[in-house]
Amino acid sequence: MYKLLLCWRYLRTRYIALASVISVTLGVATMIVVNSVMAGFTHEMQSRIHGILSDVVFESHSLEGFHDADRHMAEIRRIAGEYIAGMTPTVVVPAMLVFKVQGQWITRQISFIGVDEKTHSQVSDFSRYLQHPTNRRKLGFSLHDDGYDTRDHQAGPDAAPRERMEVAGWKWRRIQAKYQQEIKEAQARSAPPVEITANPFGRGEAAPEEEFDPSREQWTGIVMGIALASFRGHDGADRFLVLPGDDVKITLPTAGTPPKAVSDNFTIVDFYESKMSEYDSNFVFVPIEKIQQMRGMIDPVTGIGNVTSIQIKLHDDANGKLVRDKLRAAFPGEIYGIQTWRDKQGPLLAAVQMETAILNVLLFMIIAVAGFGILAIFYMIVVEKTRDIGILKSLGAPSRGIMGIFLAYGLSLGIVGSGAGMVIGLLFVVYINNIADGLAWLTGQEVFDPTIYYFQQIPTIVEPFTVVWIVAGAMLIAVVASILPARRAARLHPVEALRYE
Amino acid sequence: MNDAQLVKTADPKREGKLGPHGARLSEDAAPGHLAAVGLRKSYRKGHVEIPVLRGVDLHVRRGEFLSIIGQSGSGKSTLLHLLGTLDAPDAGQICFHGKRIDNVPNRGRDLLRNKHFGMIFQFYHLLPELTALENVLSPLLIAQGAWGYLRNRRKHVDRARQLLEMVGLSHRLKHRPRELSGGEMQRAAIARALVAGPEVLLADEPTGNLDSGTGEEILRILRTLNDQQDLTIVMVTHDRAIAAQADRTVRLAQGQVEVV
Repeated sequence: MYKLLLCWRYLRTRYIALASVISVTLGVATMIVVNSVMAGFTHEMQSRIHGILSDVVFESHSLEGFHDADRHMAEIRRIAGEYIAGMTPTVVVPAMLVFKVQGQWITRQISFIGVDEKTHSQVSDFSRYLQHPTNRRKLGFSLHDDGYDTRDHQAGPDAAPRERMEVAGWKWRRIQAKYQQEIKEAQARSAPPVEITANPFGRGEAAPEEEFDPSREQWTGIVMGIALASFRGHDGADRFLVLPGDDVKITLPTAGTPPKAVSDNFTIVDFYESKMSEYDSNFVFVPIEKIQQMRGMIDPVTGIGNVTSIQIKLHDDANGKLVRDKLRAAFPGEIYGIQTWRDKQGPLLAAVQMETAILNVLLFMIIAVAGFGILAIFYMIVVEKTRDIGILKSLGAPSRGIMGIFLAYGLSLGIVGSGAGMVIGLLFVVYINNIADGLAWLTGQEVFDPTIYYFQQIPTIVEPFTVVWIVAGAMLIAVVASILPARRAARLHPVEALRYE
Repeated sequence: MNDAQLVKTADPKREGKLGPHGARLSEDAAPGHLAAVGLRKSYRKGHVEIPVLRGVDLHVRRGEFLSIIGQSGSGKSTLLHLLGTLDAPDAGQICFHGKRIDNVPNRGRDLLRNKHFGMIFQFYHLLPELTALENVLSPLLIAQGAWGYLRNRRKHVDRARQLLEMVGLSHRLKHRPRELSGGEMQRAAIARALVAGPEVLLADEPTGNLDSGTGEEILRILRTLNDQQDLTIVMVTHDRAIAAQADRTVRLAQGQVEVV
């Protein structure tokens, strides 16, 4: 009882000791913030990666792919059917995308992905990232009249609106067609009838025999990564180079050896925005038949095409690694690469994990340094309290009791320090975006630049287990730091201590 | 008045015979007796050993008010600390109720100090963080766990209040030591020494830091305790006048006890 009473009185009268736990408080708060933000980023990134990659990817090493996806899928189902929720064949091929902006041709290097519109949405969250509500419900490659999102449906209400998207669709296509038509007529009037490609999209190499009327017809639809078509301005608003309804040219290698380049016109029907800039600035989706046909991947006799990969979606509780290993055992590794989505993004995820681990080690060092501060101040307090310790001993307090006072003191300082740290840390996490805004306003410099991260807000996840761990660790350090001074106090000789004046 | 049971032991060789002596002593010892036989204690300063007590024999009878006088540095406080088991002698024995107490384990000595001995000091030695009342309660707080104390809290507080009233401090219950005068602090210290109901009160220069009037008051309190409650008191002082208040006085000189 006297231990608690004295410990409580020391807490109330020795503010210097409270100063020593400020570093514990700061360390705990920082650790909670860093872990929450890192967990938020990791989660966000994983869900985006997983959104585009299915659970298990079954792919061919060669660009020519393998023949007859249906037969392969039947075989896969025979091997691991009980785990599989859905499968879809895809063709992935590197390609060049060309479009015209204000008279200039802009060329982009892309991954051109042929998807099966009927089954693709079964295996990934692909359609969730599209800009037209109808496409989000059911994937399609035909251009919509209008109704494209004019604000980012994944971002918060304070994201900058995308006003240009209002005209996207057939409306925009007709305006463009009319404009091109006028230019063409004007040129025809003023100049001799020379061959002029007024509308480059209307007169590609693969132009049909009949006159293509861009105001009523579209080429094969593509879904383009949004970062290919836009850039983010300094004000945080997106500027679009092209819109759904515009035409582009895509050049890709054929499947033969050596590959030859083939090109065709396509019409943008939607944008794809996963917020992973790597994907958004690289991926263009098209119906799989179109890509198979362009590349000569279809057997002219049977009409069955080649695919380069099969995306496999598993049941929620299925173990991806198990399925992967079963498939690896069944299919020759020289021809087929079989990976889970984690395998495919392994280095990235591992890097994030390592960053978190190193940060934790560093921050824990800070708390350990705080521990030495506690140790020093406790030593001082023990020296200051030498006489009191002698008095307590003369009153019959056992050494263990004296030690208990100082250990309890250390523990209560740890509780106060890490408790305050926990509260500050959690408040910081909750208001992190307001704090970032406040700092940006104060320093005039954007703390969290959405153009870099493609998130409107700093993502955070508070894992209770991590918080408990951090707080417990900090308390332990405080107690450990008080062991030495407490032992010194307990060992003081009562007569020596009483003589101390 | 002074029929001192004093044995003079100048011969250091007596040490060797202490074993049988101790046994004999226990037989002789009357109840309530606090006795020291052949106590030796020296301090080290660097490599030099300074002997303070060179074979002290002392018998304190039950209900006696004994004063020990001596010059400063004569080892009076050391003797008192040894009697109160705050320190261990280099040689010799201390017996209480006929049982050796100088060699019992720490826990046992803690209990003795807590329950059977009360101590007061020249510099009062109150805990500065606690109020007068809490200081008086502290031996009871130490004796009991949190639960045991809280169950008997009312009883304990009543006892502490009574004692503070007895020493004339009932108006200062909630004051911290630094808000009290020297006399008040010493009176609180006496109340603290008595709260656990000890049999022996060991007082180390209780008036040494007080003016003569206040010192008189403290002595009067001690005298009353001795007369009315039959409390055994051993008081150390350097002041003959104060020592004269006791039933019996012994002098400590050259590390040995002599009758006055």
